[in-house]
Order: sequence, then structure tokens, then C-alpha cells
Amino acid sequence: MSGFRILVGCKRVIDYAVKVRVKPDKTGVVTEGVKHSMNPFDEIAVEEAVRMKEKKLASEIIAVSCGPQQCQETLRTALAMGVDRAIHVITEPKEYESMQPIHVSKILSKIATEEKADLVIVGKQAIDDDCNQTGQMTASLLDWPQATFASKIEKSNGDLSVMREIDGGLETIKVKVPAVLTSDLRLNEPRYATLPNIMKAKKKPLVTKKPSDYGVDITPRQEIVSVEDPPVRQAGQKVESVEELVTKLKEAGLV
Amino acid sequence: MVAGVKPWPGFVYDFYALLLILHVPKIHSRIFEIFICTTSNLYFGMSPMYSWGVFVLLSLVHVIMTSSVTSRMDDQSENLAAWPFRHLKIPSGHVSRNVKKKNTGIRTFQKKSTTGSQLCQTCSGTVLRRCIQTSSTRHVELTSVRYPDVKRGNYGSVRDSDLATFERLLPGRVLTDSLDGYNTDWLKTCRGASQVVLRPKSTEEVSAILKYCNEKKLAVVPQGGNTGLVGGSVSVFDEIVISTQLMNSIISLDEISGTLVCQAGCVLASLEDYLSNHKLTIPVDLGAKGSCHIGGNVATNAGGVRLLRYGSLHGNVLGLEAVLANGEVVDCLSTLRKDNTGYDLKQLFIGSEGTLGIITAVSLNCPQKPEAVSVAFLGCESFQSVLDIFKESRQKLGEVLSAFEFMDSQTMTVAKENLKLRSPIEDYPFYVLIETSGSNGSHDEEKLSQFLEHVMGTGIVQDGTVATEPTKIQNIWSMRERIAEGLMHDGYCYKYDVSLPLQSFYGLVEAMRERMGTMVTRVIGYGHVGDGNLHLNLTSPEYSTEVMDKIEPFLYDWVANHKGSISAEHGLGFKKKNFIYHSKSKSAVRLMKDIKHTFDPNMILNPYKVLPDF
Repeated sequence: MSGFRILVGCKRVIDYAVKVRVKPDKTGVVTEGVKHSMNPFDEIAVEEAVRMKEKKLASEIIAVSCGPQQCQETLRTALAMGVDRAIHVITEPKEYESMQPIHVSKILSKIATEEKADLVIVGKQAIDDDCNQTGQMTASLLDWPQATFASKIEKSNGDLSVMREIDGGLETIKVKVPAVLTSDLRLNEPRYATLPNIMKAKKKPLVTKKPSDYGVDITPRQEIVSVEDPPVRQAGQKVESVEELVTKLKEAGLV
Repeated sequence: MVAGVKPWPGFVYDFYALLLILHVPKIHSRIFEIFICTTSNLYFGMSPMYSWGVFVLLSLVHVIMTSSVTSRMDDQSENLAAWPFRHLKIPSGHVSRNVKKKNTGIRTFQKKSTTGSQLCQTCSGTVLRRCIQTSSTRHVELTSVRYPDVKRGNYGSVRDSDLATFERLLPGRVLTDSLDGYNTDWLKTCRGASQVVLRPKSTEEVSAILKYCNEKKLAVVPQGGNTGLVGGSVSVFDEIVISTQLMNSIISLDEISGTLVCQAGCVLASLEDYLSNHKLTIPVDLGAKGSCHIGGNVATNAGGVRLLRYGSLHGNVLGLEAVLANGEVVDCLSTLRKDNTGYDLKQLFIGSEGTLGIITAVSLNCPQKPEAVSVAFLGCESFQSVLDIFKESRQKLGEVLSAFEFMDSQTMTVAKENLKLRSPIEDYPFYVLIETSGSNGSHDEEKLSQFLEHVMGTGIVQDGTVATEPTKIQNIWSMRERIAEGLMHDGYCYKYDVSLPLQSFYGLVEAMRERMGTMVTRVIGYGHVGDGNLHLNLTSPEYSTEVMDKIEPFLYDWVANHKGSISAEHGLGFKKKNFIYHSKSKSAVRLMKDIKHTFDPNMILNPYKVLPDF
């Protein structure tokens, strides 16, 4: 049986180790000159796809990223990890700021249909917006089953057996292919791209497309009103007794 | 009943009872003993005065025992109860479960539940029955015990009047309790017996303290972050610890010239955070940055991983303020880049390890924070390849090269086994970590990829990885920076830091491996090969004099024969002072001793360190 064709979504986000700062005009966070990298959960998704290819469960992996020109660096990293080819859906930086999971999921679903993908694997959420929506929306648009928060993926008789991390513990479900999977932290540990692969990646195909090529309209559906720092933590007060606590609460008008 | 006469074992029995009460920790055993003794005396018709006299005596001893054992058994000289055990060297942290402690009792039992009730590894419960180690740190032997040849100097001892004066000078900042952290070094190899820790906030307070200590001939040991690796930051006997913990304010920053003026107790990582907001960076960077104080770094002339790029502290410190032993403040706190007026006194303080004066403020020249940092982690087959890579990187990366470190495969084993870190590449005999920092990301990337293509093409590098993202860079650096921490898991670490010419660099590691064989757990070599600085470490489960005698002085002789330095950046401190002649001539050391006499005639500043005894 020939392997799956896997589509992996990679988002370029501000690096985890960077201290995020709010722009003085409160319209967003500072992204100019700030170090970006691939969303850690997407790295896990790419790693899973590459492992499936190494196990001969997958035959081809395509990485997709939506955003400005610099997304190509992210795609190069994915190519260096073992992805076969990459598609960069380019947008203006201004448009990218207002881009939402709904837009991305429309693009991903169109690409999935066009490329005849069997599996779409994305990270469970992005570390900049924490939306946790793209995977689920993509599955809905494609009318495919979804296995989210996957911490283990195994093949069983043409279907996939996926262990999910849920609030109550671990749940194992069976999903029919084609399906959408979203990766959770404990799925795997992504590899470092080694030098020979980094050099090979330079020769792998990377095509640039526009959202309109897929007939997707990315006009913003939301308007960011303001972005502010969380309030500075105030020092607390120690009280000696319950009566004092009640008095203080009454004084503050909370009781 | 034979009146007035006890059978001959009688008196002996009373004496035996006394000894028993001194040694037995269980309260009910003692009370029982007293009861038996008194009743037997009365039964055998001993005079009431004798019987009740014995009763009173034994009860008194019992009460003293009970109250002493509940107090900390830290200071054996003042502890009556510990006197019978003095030869057994009980450190603090041993608690007898049978004794009810008042305030600390609850804490003890709480701690017990977390650390588990294992028998004390030192005395195996023989000293105090059911003795439990409450602290998670291993029992560390007192330096004065492990090194019996070191004799206490002719200094005063801290008295209550001294404590009162200190309390007046530093209200609320005189510590006399729970001093384990101040008394034990980071490597857990040296332990002093300080009774007092002083925490001044300003230069004036340091001056007042030192003036007083100089008059009373009280020895002091200045302490910063206590991360030194040669036992230089802890006391040997009962010196007073002067900690710079509270002297942590930044005085000024000139953004244009990049000059930072701050107090000596600022933690290096906090300074780095502060400076990065102004697009500047500290010129020195080491694994201990989360805890070490800049004052300590300057006093020990710390090297670190950025020395290759920014040079040593001798070049980067523009000025400092220090307090001499007699309390006089020497103000050399210039912020000028160039100032050729008279002898450059600050250079004497830099690297003096707290023996010439206590540094209280530092003025540093801070370079621009690089815009683009990349790290490459490479694997290669032999040490010769490491040297070839170094040569190539100097040529091809030139001005953007900011760090060049190497590790051998045994070092990587420590990272994997002890720290559970993951290597980015497969196993190789040697690893090289190269960092580039520059002002233009694309230029540096171009240089780096050309360099890497070249070294991969010529085969001197077998495999490697490159990272430009901060998280990945941190992960790769942590493999090199956390080795010292990883070695602690093995037990005791014999740590050596030597400078050697690059041709004989790795030869020392191989020689030590051959010499020590299975006597040690492992022999590893890693370090700043770019500066010619090797960190050689041997580990064994516990400290062993046999192992130590086999390592020293063979290792130092080997280094001296190859014209190296026995201490490249760690300093001499307490552990290496007697080997100074391996790297410095007699006339040089004589001159050093003269300088020490001039700066500190009473020898109160950090005694027993740096210079051999005189």
C-alpha cells in the first residue's frame, strides 16, 4: 500500500525565549527585529510526519506556511528536517497581522484538496495567539475526521489509532484516513536539522503562491482594538484573622 | 541491708550510670537509669546525702543533655552534649528523631517526609540512634578536618561584644543562624565554620566593618555568589563572612559609551537583562551567571566563554572602588576609557581573590549587544580535527567569531546520563561549539554557511547542526554550560582548570585517563580551546585521599613541564595556593607577599588563600 501524502502546517511565530513587548501605540506586539522561529507544536508535527516517512507509512510530505517573505526561513527549516517540498502562501505583513485561523484553515483545506493529501497535521495551537482552532476548522471544511491533541499515532489496518491527551487523562480513538491531526507536546521530540540536510534543503522545491490562487479572501473579520500589558502584580496584604479579612473586604467594597 | 556500705560494683555502677547518661540520647532511658541508680543507692543503705547527691548530679546532667541536644549541634566547641562525640565530626543537619525540638521540630518532621527517612550516610545511625539527614545536600567534611595541616592563624574570636557592634553597624543584617549555605562552597568540597555573616548595603558599612575587624584582628572572608570552584569564597576556620548580597544596585549607565557603574553585589544575569534593554551586553559570560556577583567576577578575573571575543576583565574594567583591610576606601571608580595617571591600582585588585581589598563598586565597559547570534554544534573524529576547525574558523569567520568551545565524548555522556539532555547530532569522539555574533544577520549567515560547507567538504567535520533561534541556541549552550552541574551527580568532582599550548592540550586528559584507570568514575576534558584553557575533571563517588594523592602533584607537574598554567581562570583560592610555584617564580611570589603586607598588614582579608603560607 503506498504511503500517505501528508500536508504539514508551519507557522512562523516569535521565538519562545524572547521577551515579548507591547508596541507603544498599543496596536500589537513588537515584531520588528525580533527573533522568530517555527511554532514548537508545528515542529512536533513536522517531526511526526518525517518519522512516518522513515517508517514508510508516508510517501511525501508537503509543508505549508502563510505569511510574509520571512516565512521562507521557517519552510527551509522544515525542509531541512526532512520535508519533501514546501508551499509558501505569501501575504503582506499588514494582512498577516489580521489573519485568523479561519483564513488559514480555508487555505489549508484548499491545498489539501488540490494536492490530494491523505493527512493534514498541524500543531495543536500557536504560541502567539493560543487559538487552538486551525486544525479543527480545517477538518470541518474538508469534512474529514479529526484527532486533536495527539500524543501517539499508530497505524492499524488502514486506519489510524490515535492516543489523545484530554482533561480526564488519555483517550485512544480510531480515525479513518483522510483525517486531520493536531500534535501535542508529548508526541515526539523534534530533531535538530543536521548540516548535510540543511544543505540538501537548499535544493528542495519551494513554491510561492497567493491566497487568491486558492480563491480565499483574507479580508480581516476582526479588528484589534488594543493590546496591553497584563497589570503589574500588586503586593498582597497579610491579615491576622478572619474578622480583619472581612473588614478589609468591606472597605474595598467587595463584600 | 548492710548499712553504709555498697558492694564494690556500687560506686563503679554510679560512675557507669553517669557515662550512660552522657551518651544515651533517649530521654526515657536516662530517667530510668537515674531511677535505678537512686533506688539502688538507697537500697544498699548509702547515706541519704550521697544518694540524693548522686540523684541531683545525674538529673542535672540529664537536663543539660536534653537542652543541648535540642539546640543545633553545629558548633561542637560550644556544645556540651557534642563533646563526647567531638571525634565523630557531626555536622548540622543531623537530627535525632527521639528528641522533641520546639520550633524546628515541625520543620524537621516536614522535611523528613520529603527526603525520606534514610539513615544518615555518615554515621549510619550509630552516633545518634535513628539519625536522619534532613538536608538534601550530602554531608560535607569541614575543611579544617580534611586538611589537618592548615593551622588557624593568630586571629581573634567573635565575642558577644563584637556581635553587638556589628548589630549596631548593620541593624538586622547580622546572621548567626542557618549558615550552611554561606559555609559550603558550590562544589560541596569545602566547608568552613563561620559563626557570623554580615550583609552590608553600602561602601560606608563595609568600611566600618573592616575598620573594626582590623582593630580586633578578626579574620574575614568576602563572599559574592559563592560559586567559586577553588574554595576561595568560604571560610576555613571561623572567619567572618562579609556577603555582598544586598549591595545590588545599579549606579549609572552611559548608553553612548556603554559604561556601566554598579555595586559589587549585582548578579551577572540581572546586569545582562538590564543591559539588553539598552542594546548592550556584559563582556563576561559564564555558566554561573544566574548566581555570581560582578564583584566576585572582578575579584577572580573570571574568564568565561566570551573571552575570545571581548578579552579579559583586565581590559574591560574601567574602574573600581575597593575597601582596604583598615577600612580605608580606595576610589578608583573612573568611567574613562583612557586614564594614564599614575600606577593602575585597579589591576592589582582584579584577580586578587579578595586578599587585597573588598571590591564594592565596579565600572565596566560594555560592548554592543549583537543583533545576530548563531551557534553551530559540530562533531569530529579527533582532537587534531578540533584544532583544524579552529584554524579554519579564525580565517573564515574572523571578526564575527565569539566563542569556540570543545567537548570530548565522555563529556557528552555526562550531559546525556546525568542531565538527561539530548545531543543534536550522533555520537562522535569530539564536539565543537562555535558561536558567531555580528551586527548583520544575513552577512553572518553567509559567512557561516560558507565556512560549514568548507569544513564538511574537506571532511574535518563529520556532522553538525546550526541554530539561529534563541530557544535552540539556549539548548545547545546548556549542553556545554551545565557540565559542571552534571558532574556533581557522580559524587565528588576533582576539578582542574589549566592553560596549555594547543599541541599538548588533549595529551593531559589522555595521560590522566591512563594513570587513574578504574580508580575514578570518569575523566573528562572540555573547555575554551579557543583560549588554550582546558577544564579537566575527574569524578568518584566520594572524596578519597588516595585518588587525590595520585592526581596531585602529578597533574601540576605535567602542566609545568609543558609550560602551562596550573590555573587558567578559576584562580588559586584555597585548593591551589600551594602549587603557585609551578607557574610563578620565587621572586614573583616574594613580591606578591610584599604587596599583601602593604595592603593588609594584619592579614585579615581572606586568609589561608591564594599565597602559600608565610
